[in-house]
Amino acid sequence: MSAAFETVASAARLDAPPAISMDRVNKWFGTLHVLRDVTLDVALGERVVVCGPSGSGKSTLIRCINRLETHQEGHILVDGIELSDDVRALDAIRREVGMVFQSFNLFPHLTVLENCTLAPIWVRRMPKREAEDLAMEYLNKVKIPEQAKKYPGQLSGGQQQRVAIARALCMKPKIMLFDEPTSALDPEMIKEVLDTMVELADTGMTMICVTHEMGFARQVADRVVFMDRGEIVELGTPEQMFNNPQTERLQLFLSQILRGH
Amino acid sequence: MASDTTLTPATIPAPPAEARRAPISVVGPVAWMRANLFAGWLSTAVTLALGYLMIRWAIGFIDWAFINAIWSVPNNQTQACRDARGVGACWAVVTEKHRFILFGTYPYEQHWRPALACVVFVGLYVVSAMRRFWRPVLALIWIAALTTIGVLMWGGILGMPYVAQDRWGGLPITLILSTFGLAFAFPLAILVALGRRSRMPAIKAICVLYVELIRGVPLISLLFMASVMFPLFLPEGMNIDKLLRAQIAIILFAGAYLAEVVRAGLQALPKGQYEAADALGLSYWNKTAFIILPQALRMVIPPLVNTFIGFFKDTSLVLIIGIFDLLTAGKTAIVEPAWQGFGVEVYITIGLIYFVFCFAMSKYSQGLEAELNQHRRR
Repeated sequence: MSAAFETVASAARLDAPPAISMDRVNKWFGTLHVLRDVTLDVALGERVVVCGPSGSGKSTLIRCINRLETHQEGHILVDGIELSDDVRALDAIRREVGMVFQSFNLFPHLTVLENCTLAPIWVRRMPKREAEDLAMEYLNKVKIPEQAKKYPGQLSGGQQQRVAIARALCMKPKIMLFDEPTSALDPEMIKEVLDTMVELADTGMTMICVTHEMGFARQVADRVVFMDRGEIVELGTPEQMFNNPQTERLQLFLSQILRGH
Repeated sequence: MASDTTLTPATIPAPPAEARRAPISVVGPVAWMRANLFAGWLSTAVTLALGYLMIRWAIGFIDWAFINAIWSVPNNQTQACRDARGVGACWAVVTEKHRFILFGTYPYEQHWRPALACVVFVGLYVVSAMRRFWRPVLALIWIAALTTIGVLMWGGILGMPYVAQDRWGGLPITLILSTFGLAFAFPLAILVALGRRSRMPAIKAICVLYVELIRGVPLISLLFMASVMFPLFLPEGMNIDKLLRAQIAIILFAGAYLAEVVRAGLQALPKGQYEAADALGLSYWNKTAFIILPQALRMVIPPLVNTFIGFFKDTSLVLIIGIFDLLTAGKTAIVEPAWQGFGVEVYITIGLIYFVFCFAMSKYSQGLEAELNQHRRR
């Protein structure tokens, strides 16, 4: 299964400097305190799953990492670069951080191939041919090379989300962020996207996933972060978290999502 | 992996029985007429009454415009026309005056020059409308075409005598004002629309001020300012051409309106498109050029063309500052005593010319809309 993506590292490199380092991050939407003193280090090659009830700030947390949202207090270092108003630092970070959205956000007026080559050509200054070869390579890995000439609107939801993953990977990012990648999908399409993500995880990619897919979390996560009301309530390995939750809030959350399944 | 699994034969449903044709009462012209024209006694009565009136009017118009019409008269002898007043149209006024209506006071023996300029304009429109020319070379085509038009209209070289700008008139003026007007107003509008959404307060303030100020005054007052007040502020002896001043007023005016149309498109675009472009690390201008504008402009093609058509006709307002556009030329053509009273024929003709251009724009935009929005269909 892992043959599709070449393996970069087999396990999280905990001795290396952290890929992402968040230090007492606070954020408000107006008067609403959405992130409260969030401190979290993610090692290079580590896979972190963020879960929690809706409105707990988990999406906001990962959107702060590539500054789709700005934090108001605290420090966020990505790949050693501090996020600030400095546009150049931001550009450098966004080149290294890929993102996959809940609603895919493919560019509907561009073909699948053009979706994948746009950023490599204009951000990485890659020649067009080379970018197309690279895009086809990744479309192969997400198993939809035959859709390259189609428009996103002609694909199923699961196929669109796999294109979105390929599009992000074409930038050869060091870190991948997934913001509820399967929440907008029909049940029969969730598996194909999760399979792609598992394969990616097996290559040693640093990943932070906001998801409710606990099976996925058990399978690939090095650590699970449980958030509620803007703060990290509990943090640990999937086994610790799911088999032996310490806090009442996590117990409640787990009982709720397990009942749903 | 479970992706792309085709249905196994067992799950394919049996082919349905051959679809039957819909009964005649559901589709076809008979069904259409029954549904839309004769749906009930009231609908039938209205259909018959309106049908009668339309046929009566059409017959009357054909009688007037074609059967009883006088197509030409010798040497301005308009008595025949006057006798036929109310019975037949006097197209003779158009036959006689068409060159004045089309080219105004441009020297008569040089009329081939503005005529050729109009042909170049139409050729430019046709070329610009073809998507295969939507490449950088189009800018060169425009520069070449507009230079050719300038050379033709002014002359002074290649053996063509110089013609001062105040003698230009008719259709070329209308085409010059609207073509330059929209060609400059459109890019201006895009910049202003982007500026209004800018996070930089100074740029945003300037763009808001510009749009609100220009939208707040009538075009006529802007034209008056351009023609009467503006020269007062210029140093003695310096004079910017009147046509150019009117042109700038039109560009500024159209720019403000188009900017709001473009802004509507920018706002209608889902936030996720901006975020996806940002997350990929695209720069502001790359994001705008490749992701935002192509989608935003497609969405606003109907209101854009609506505004274009409006401004094509609004150029006729330059008559109040004494510029001889198509409408003014037509109006002046019937000032001559022999031809007084034949305004209807002249205005119908001018109306037809405007209609041809506007209808072409409208039809083209419909085709463009369908073509560019293909990706929305499955």
